[in-house]
Amino acid sequence: MPMSQLGHNIPIPERARNIRRNALRMGEVQGQGYIAQALGIADVLAVAYFHAMTYRPEEPEWEDRDRFLLSNGHYAIALYAALIEAGIIPDAEIETYGSDDSRLPMSGMASYTPGMEMSGGSLGLGLSIAVGKCLGLKRKGSDRRVYTLFSDGELDEGSVWEAIMSAGHFKLDNLIAVVDVNNQQADGPSTSVLGFEPLPQKLEAFGWFVRRVDGNDIAAVQAAFDAARAQAGSGRPSMIVADTLMGKGVPFLEAREKNHFIRVDAHEWQLALAALDEGKPS
Amino acid sequence: MAAGAGRARRREAVMSTHIRKNAPAAAAGKPRLTTSAMIASIAAEGQRTKPAPFGHALVALARENERVLGMTADLGKYTDLHIFAQAFPERFHQMGMAEQLLFGAASGLASEGFMPFATTYAVFASRRAYDFIHQTIAEENRNVKIVCALPGLTSGYGPSHQAAEDLALFRAMPNMVVIDPCDAHEIEQVVPAMARHDGPAYMRLLRGQVPLVLDEYGYTFELGKAKLLRDGPDALVISSGLMTMRALEAADLLRKDKVEVAVLHVPTIKPLDEAAIVAAARKTGRPVIVAENHTVIGGLGEAVAATLLRAGVAPAAFHQIGLPDAFLDAGALPTLHDRYGISAEKVAGSIKAWSDGGAGGAA
Repeated sequence: MPMSQLGHNIPIPERARNIRRNALRMGEVQGQGYIAQALGIADVLAVAYFHAMTYRPEEPEWEDRDRFLLSNGHYAIALYAALIEAGIIPDAEIETYGSDDSRLPMSGMASYTPGMEMSGGSLGLGLSIAVGKCLGLKRKGSDRRVYTLFSDGELDEGSVWEAIMSAGHFKLDNLIAVVDVNNQQADGPSTSVLGFEPLPQKLEAFGWFVRRVDGNDIAAVQAAFDAARAQAGSGRPSMIVADTLMGKGVPFLEAREKNHFIRVDAHEWQLALAALDEGKPS
Repeated sequence: MAAGAGRARRREAVMSTHIRKNAPAAAAGKPRLTTSAMIASIAAEGQRTKPAPFGHALVALARENERVLGMTADLGKYTDLHIFAQAFPERFHQMGMAEQLLFGAASGLASEGFMPFATTYAVFASRRAYDFIHQTIAEENRNVKIVCALPGLTSGYGPSHQAAEDLALFRAMPNMVVIDPCDAHEIEQVVPAMARHDGPAYMRLLRGQVPLVLDEYGYTFELGKAKLLRDGPDALVISSGLMTMRALEAADLLRKDKVEVAVLHVPTIKPLDEAAIVAAARKTGRPVIVAENHTVIGGLGEAVAATLLRAGVAPAAFHQIGLPDAFLDAGALPTLHDRYGISAEKVAGSIKAWSDGGAGGAA
């Protein structure tokens, strides 16, 4: 059983709902942000932090932890929400989100935040760093894993494919990457900005173990993480292709068409939190 | 094959036209010099050299420090890293021709406690992978040592391989230490000094048969320190990298003309030894000449100029010897070093003209 779960009996769906609540509360501080992505990826983060990964909340740099690299730095709001739920960041810091001198800047950076292992934001960096960390862990004889989250838009970056090719070449079966396919990037739907499908076939051709799942189906996400973790010793890195719904859990945000970076009116935050509470964890 | 040979002949024809147009004195009566590509040595004929000083120094360091790793992007042989790879095959990572991956992965290895020495050509580190170095190494303050061959004009291959602007780019990057060593003697000392510095560092590398010069000056490299290699009242040359070698040769040539030249060697471009530069430039009466194997934009020359202005020091005159703000020609290095004024003879001519109070102008 992962260290993080010892003494906890909170179900994963409840964790996911708390992550969404934390993200909405941070969004309210700024009145805007990458809220829809956070709501969309909350289930994946809940599974990562409360099912798959081993870590010590009180010791974020514990040598025997699993590493988590956030490549898409603008998802920081989502990761902070998970780190708060995991007890790595105090809940009280939510109100500082994106404010001057906060440990929770809008784009995730390694030196600012406990539990933030890389400086993302310039998209396409995470997988390359992950390759180095995986090589390093193997070199140290560690059986810990490197998890990394990136976005479908990052598949446009050539460096991502350099890293994908090398992870297969180096047989990094301690790497579990998750690509969030929400089909939305800055200029529009990812598949029309620069098409990347058929993604699983491409990844498999590069020597990866691939599971494509509904990223908002917690049971399916759990099964995908379990299958990926079972790849230890196989010589294959794992990619979970998670199709997610932006704004998941808040129907009026799910319905917004242009939701890459959204503004939410002051009165709507309470509506959003209420909507979240109405939708019972599945 | 026939078509390939045809293309080669056409290129040669273009090249010789080009040389006639730009440098008529170099054309007639001399043996034709061929393009100096990647494996050319910058050593002059008969000059004392040492083979692969970086590779051997890294092997020595790795024997002492088990955290040291070697990494490259398909340029192990061309950065002398093959020496390390042969000695420590299990500590060598071949990342393929993927410079962004190279530096991102180096950051990842450093974050796990290793000390990667990552090598490629200076053009690829400074131009192609700049953002990766900026974000994953400098911003994250990772203990990665970046070692890059073909700095400035040390290949005749053309702008694709001539890193004329790497110092400007890496100087501008916070957290980055920037070192431009002169010769084999210095490179051997820079390697352990980089390891002692906990943080990112960039070294310009001279590879292959590397000239040996500074041992005759009783020189010791210290990170962040400039050293006065010789003194003289007629001109002060402030230089880094192979231009220190050229300045010393020029000073020897000028001694016959009774021109005594001081040479302040500044191997650490950042952090810059401003105190030593100001102290040397304060001596009145002699012009200050900064010589660098780099574009005159944003390198040592402008760093020295800003340092002197901030310190309120106005030398008798200030001149720069360096590469022009232009895409440089392809060709043979001796030709190109003459053309751009960085050969020993051209440097001597410039210093002589400027030490005479500018009479005759720059060579």
